[in-house]
Amino acid sequence: MALNLGCTAKPGNARDNKTGSWRVFKPEFIREKCTQCGMCTIVCPEGCISPDEDEFPVPDYDYCKGCGLCAEECPSEAIEMKKEEK
Amino acid sequence: MEGSHAVARAVTMCRPQVIAAYPITPQTHIVEALAEIVANCELDADYITVESEFSALSACLGASAAGSRVYSATTSQGLALMFEVCFNVAGMRQPVVMSIVNRALGAPLSIWNDHQDSISLRDSGWMQFYAEDNQEATDLHYIAYKVAEDHRVLLPSFVCFDGFILSHTYEPVDMLNQEQADSYLPPFKPYHRLDADDPISFGLFASPDYYQEFRYENDQALRSAQDVVASCGREFGEMFGRDYSGLVEAYRLDDADTAIVAMGSLCGTVKDAIDELRDAGKKVGLLKIRSFRPFPAEEIKSALSGVSRVAVLDKNISLGSKGAACLEIRDALYGSQIPVLGYVLALGGRDVRKKDIAAIVDNAEKGRGDIFYGLREELLK
Repeated sequence: MALNLGCTAKPGNARDNKTGSWRVFKPEFIREKCTQCGMCTIVCPEGCISPDEDEFPVPDYDYCKGCGLCAEECPSEAIEMKKEEK
Repeated sequence: MEGSHAVARAVTMCRPQVIAAYPITPQTHIVEALAEIVANCELDADYITVESEFSALSACLGASAAGSRVYSATTSQGLALMFEVCFNVAGMRQPVVMSIVNRALGAPLSIWNDHQDSISLRDSGWMQFYAEDNQEATDLHYIAYKVAEDHRVLLPSFVCFDGFILSHTYEPVDMLNQEQADSYLPPFKPYHRLDADDPISFGLFASPDYYQEFRYENDQALRSAQDVVASCGREFGEMFGRDYSGLVEAYRLDDADTAIVAMGSLCGTVKDAIDELRDAGKKVGLLKIRSFRPFPAEEIKSALSGVSRVAVLDKNISLGSKGAACLEIRDALYGSQIPVLGYVLALGGRDVRKKDIAAIVDNAEKGRGDIFYGLREELLK
């Protein structure tokens, strides 16, 4: 996002707002427990969890608001919410 | 000419392309006259009839963002209804010009003059110019457009003049002709505008990481508008003989002991009172504030540097505190040891006469200030 005069912007710039700065609790993904079921990717309201090259889910912390839905829904309790110090 | 009709004619000369307004006393004659002017094809503008002041200013905001020069006018409760849109217009940096025919705010309901309406919008980011007479009220519209549309400013502007006292008074007004107006005020060149082929959104969301910087830039724009107001006012004077380069104007202030500070039509009465007080040997002068936003604190500080006391007349009151001009003058003079005495007066249209000015000077000399002047004690239990 830029300080454009009149608070203007071109279309399709929602990605410029790094809403991850709103986060209080940060999800930490524990690979050893993860079964790659994909539930976290489905329930993430931001759509910011995607699989890496080994098919393990990885959140994009630029946009993760720390809502905790992924941790709540994970069947194998492979996601822990940790208080984030800034 | 009647003040309202003179303003309507001046606005016509400014060639607004979109006009949206809702009639309200004492502004009605302006928008009636403009409706007639547009209907008679004397002005090529879209005149949008709306169902409220909120819609009026919203229509102006949209039209301005689309790249049109726009005009509206309102007062009192109408301006109060525009409150939300006012902040949006300023934040989106749209150079809307709006006449404020100053009137008191209810309750109690009053159709008569004071400055509570526009003063209550002092934090909105709009420029605010106050006219002493109808000549100044008309001239300030050309200047307001020129300053507002300057790409160094890009802020909306109120042109404030007193309801009934000016709006409904007939006095001679020297009007520019269209050629003169066009030579002073070129066509509007938007900084950027709504365009379906090159889409853009205005007034977007800003997270806490950005909002404060937007507000800072808005504040900087209003502060730096001072120089543009001065240069546009000077240019008007060079072209048409009436100089508006000062954001404030001094009257017999050079050797004054007591300085009166006032805004709007009250200044005429104060000038006459000063002439009489000077004849009686009292050294009194006036500092008239023409531009309340931007607020020329440095200019005021230097204009008042030689006086022994300052009496500030406010046709408004921040309830629980003081009049707006009093607070700002006191701030401008902070550290100078010059006493600043505030007088809240003329609320809801109560008349102010020369003898009242003399009485206020008397109060100021005795150090009695920060009062409501002219209270009818018999009504207060």
